[in-house]
Amino acid sequence: MLTDLDKAIIRELQGDLPLVPHPYAQVAKKLNIDEEELLDRIRWMQDRGRSRRLGAAIRHREAGFTANAMIVWRVAEEKAEEVGRKLAACPEVTHCYLRPEIPGWPYNLYTMVHGQSRQECEALAAQLSEKVGIEDYRILYSTRELKKSSMRYYLHETESS
Amino acid sequence: MDKVPILTEVERALLNEVQSGLPVDPEPFRVLGEKFGLSEAEVLAMLNRFKEAGYIRRMGAIFDSRKLGYVSTLCAAKVSEDQLKPVSDYINQLTEVTHNYLREHEYNMWFTGIAHSKERLQEIIQDLETRFGVQVLNLPALKFFKINVNFDFKGGGAAQC
Repeated sequence: MLTDLDKAIIRELQGDLPLVPHPYAQVAKKLNIDEEELLDRIRWMQDRGRSRRLGAAIRHREAGFTANAMIVWRVAEEKAEEVGRKLAACPEVTHCYLRPEIPGWPYNLYTMVHGQSRQECEALAAQLSEKVGIEDYRILYSTRELKKSSMRYYLHETESS
Repeated sequence: MDKVPILTEVERALLNEVQSGLPVDPEPFRVLGEKFGLSEAEVLAMLNRFKEAGYIRRMGAIFDSRKLGYVSTLCAAKVSEDQLKPVSDYINQLTEVTHNYLREHEYNMWFTGIAHSKERLQEIIQDLETRFGVQVLNLPALKFFKINVNFDFKGGGAAQC
């Protein structure tokens, strides 16, 4: 269970950590706790998988990964697990999810790849297709980023988990 | 066309490292520097430059929404050209929406939602449909094979799949 303190820590860490020699001490001071207690709680949240990582969030477009492609695959239900695992194992695939198939939209596996050009993404999609033996796929390029932000959890003190 | 940033080898290595994680240590930047033969001041200066250049959006924690008791989904909406602005303005102001992209497809607006309950997500979708008369696909993940947003700055390598 998350305590009120954990939630307060989450509210701080989902923001921007100051680029100073002792960033955690600064955050701890704001929360009125010891630095060591803060570090312990962070480790605890990481061990439990509540915090996936603490690090830099990248703006991939600015960093040169200008082609952002969502590749959607149509995979028979009984093969979805195996194909999903294989796609996820590829280092170029940053996300891989199984989603429901719905009328008029037959694709069920979703992968994200980022490249420095469309050609690079296309070549990668073809390689992935060959690797998993699925030919029915579509590449949906993003043409504009309308919003990209990090989720703000427990915005209101009263929110429960 | 965006320009691909030119980074030195050590800059690339540092960018890769800070994405996967900042040490949970009172002096994280000093510890980081030791790995690359850099001083704490040099690491901080580099990270400040990456932020100014826009490569790094923020330094902080990324939480697992499911483990905090939240639910998420991916939605795709079919939005006509003249409705793009009002619909995206509306979607983007929702705190539950973290990402929103235009993609080249009949379903052209793709956004992610994170909320306390499935009902809240459903409410957002229904609200969009009635407010703007747009058709929205609700595609919550059934299985997560990979959730990883590390971009490899080493670059140059062909797909290893």
